[in-house]
Amino acid sequence: MNFEFSDDQKQLRDQARRFLAEKCPPKAVRAVLEGSAGYDKALWSGLAEMGFLGVAIPEEFGGTGAGHLELCVIAEEMGRALAPVPFSSTVYLAAEALMLAGSDAQKQKWLPKIASGEAVGALALFEGPGNPSPQAIKVAAANGVLNGVKKPVADGAIADFAIVAARVGSSGRETDIALYLVDLKAGGVEAKTLTNVDPSRNQAELTFKNCKAEPLGAANEGWSILTRVLDRAAVLMAFEQVGGADRALEMGRDYALDRIAFGRQIGSFQAIKHILADMYVAATLARSNCYYGAWALSTNAGELGEAAATARISATQAFQHCSKQNIQVHGGMGFTWEFDCHLYYRRSNALALSLGSLSYWEDQLIERMRKKNVA
Amino acid sequence: MNFDDTPQEAAFRAEARAWIAANAPKQYEDELAKASLGRLVLSGANVLDVAKAWQKKKADAGWACLHWPKEYGGRGSSPIERVIWQQEEGAFGKLSRMFIIGHGMCGPTMMAYASEEHKRNYLPPLASGEKVWCQLFSEPAGGSDVAGLRTRAERDGDDWVINGQKIWTSGAHYSDYGILITRTDPTVPKHKGLTMFFLDMKSPGVEIKPIKQANGQSEFNEVYFTDVRIPDSQRLGAVGDGWNVSLTTLMNERMSIGASVATGFPELFDYCNDLVIDGAPAIDDRAVRAKLANWAVKASGLKYTAFRSISALSRGERPGPENSIGKLVAGSMIQEVATYALDLQGAAGVVSDPAQAEVAGKFQAMLLRSPATRVEGGTDEILRNIIAERVLGLPGDIRVDKDVPFNKIPTKGRG
Repeated sequence: MNFEFSDDQKQLRDQARRFLAEKCPPKAVRAVLEGSAGYDKALWSGLAEMGFLGVAIPEEFGGTGAGHLELCVIAEEMGRALAPVPFSSTVYLAAEALMLAGSDAQKQKWLPKIASGEAVGALALFEGPGNPSPQAIKVAAANGVLNGVKKPVADGAIADFAIVAARVGSSGRETDIALYLVDLKAGGVEAKTLTNVDPSRNQAELTFKNCKAEPLGAANEGWSILTRVLDRAAVLMAFEQVGGADRALEMGRDYALDRIAFGRQIGSFQAIKHILADMYVAATLARSNCYYGAWALSTNAGELGEAAATARISATQAFQHCSKQNIQVHGGMGFTWEFDCHLYYRRSNALALSLGSLSYWEDQLIERMRKKNVA
Repeated sequence: MNFDDTPQEAAFRAEARAWIAANAPKQYEDELAKASLGRLVLSGANVLDVAKAWQKKKADAGWACLHWPKEYGGRGSSPIERVIWQQEEGAFGKLSRMFIIGHGMCGPTMMAYASEEHKRNYLPPLASGEKVWCQLFSEPAGGSDVAGLRTRAERDGDDWVINGQKIWTSGAHYSDYGILITRTDPTVPKHKGLTMFFLDMKSPGVEIKPIKQANGQSEFNEVYFTDVRIPDSQRLGAVGDGWNVSLTTLMNERMSIGASVATGFPELFDYCNDLVIDGAPAIDDRAVRAKLANWAVKASGLKYTAFRSISALSRGERPGPENSIGKLVAGSMIQEVATYALDLQGAAGVVSDPAQAEVAGKFQAMLLRSPATRVEGGTDEILRNIIAERVLGLPGDIRVDKDVPFNKIPTKGRG
């Protein structure tokens, strides 16, 4: 059994960690959080130069073709550093959708631009409150144009192109939904940034008015492609969440070692120790589940659906738990703008909602386990 | 990343699988597979007899205590082979339950501290299950605070004379030998005045009283010592070094990797597939799904955490600290799972009679046994301390009795 990343993959992780420690300190996250740029453009270019944006994109489309295990270790570091860039939207969602369902021309046009950092992508799926469901999609596609409103769209106001889930029929079945590829710079779409709980990442409303769109994948397979894209993104997002959870745990541990109260290190009190031990437990369970997801993703295993939901739930819980309890360990200082605790708290809660929230993935997991049980 | 065996591991697995297929007591396989926490019943047979027969059969063919040296009754296997054996043994491994303390804790302690002659005499019958061992550590005055123990050992010629009481001794009532930690010097701080021995449980002056547990069963005992004589040759480690010797034992207790910890999840998942609520399977209910999903990811997290440790063993490396979470997670989870399974049954959940209750009262038995899982072998709180101090590097608690002579430590909270 070799249920562990290879030495080369660990080296890549170390390389990403060093790069992000230098180029993405908390100061850089705050610059996006408090500014209006929407993302850190210099960091984005740097990530492209390092080859991190195209690590899972084949060489023929401008990537390094290393693979998805390599992407997992980079995702973990992106989460750890709270990188304020549209990495998940562009790499986990847009690039994966293109690689799964794009025509050769679509891949030729967009994948090299993703790898080089020239194009930011987004997935336009949600239309107000609710989790992923074919019934919730109202944006209509007809005669090659889209009409309707998508919100929130992660990184929607800074994206160059979007994958849009749109309605093409009204039979009440999944086949009513098709995917479209839209060049957001070509007109017909208006983007408005939405104030959100984690302003270090952009959230937007996209309004399509007779917006030109080209089909992505077969018309009646939109929902099935989308489900597969979400599963793949869930594994990668889970790594990002585990990276964040680990960092929040370290912050809490370090503070407990440094802070003196009642004449002793607060980390010597069992009340604090037990909080931190439970954070470690959550992060460890999540990491192990992520490895299972990484294995399934990198081998296209039949277990991917179950593994992705497992990793996603576990990592969502771990990051939310660790970021919340990190503030508790810090006490009052944890609730200041000056300390970085709230950056992790904000990000953990934003990521928890990003691909469908916990209740969606809980339902998916048990549905998939039930089907396997019957079979 | 893969779950594949190396060629050597695959060969070992095939050999183990073939031997188990040809030799395991198959007539009990169904009942063993269905056994869960708080209930192991074999129809028409005594569990201890079946367990001893299986262990002896394994030992005769060289499949007992795989990681022990051959001369002491083992097979000299690598840690990964031990894990593969456990995977292949499957439900039959539940028969090893009464040997866990002996094989997992007493054996390693004897191996580290007993004389060569004693090791050759005592370890092979321990490995083969012909002799069962127990561990006499906990006392009424020292549970989590093991070093607070009060059982005295006083030197008398070539012997030591033991007086005192132990409690929560698993299996003392069917054990032949035990390892015993005693206080030999009450005038020094508590960790420094302890000494370890092993003894024959049939020695004059040893009295064993089963504890009637809160769930009505009796797995544990009180053991009383009245002027029990132990030869000095049965001392393990130096006089006054008992604390360090006990750490060897306790480390082994917490290091058993691959021994799957019961969470109750597989049982609950099956139950929710079968149970019908308001005309539909319980598993189709969203509230049920949310609960199940939370426990599913914990069970999965434990499984793949063990796989990470096994991978380290497979590479010949020491596993990381991740395995320390197992009992802490599983202990409280099985209690929650049992509580929820009864909740799903509504008022009928109160019935525990196996002939009348849902799934033969499995979850009721689990509910009543589960409080002990959060206490035995290290309480949830002690396990959190261990994670915080040894894994996360937090400072130890301030110990007010650390430098105080043992006989000056207060013994009463009030009055």
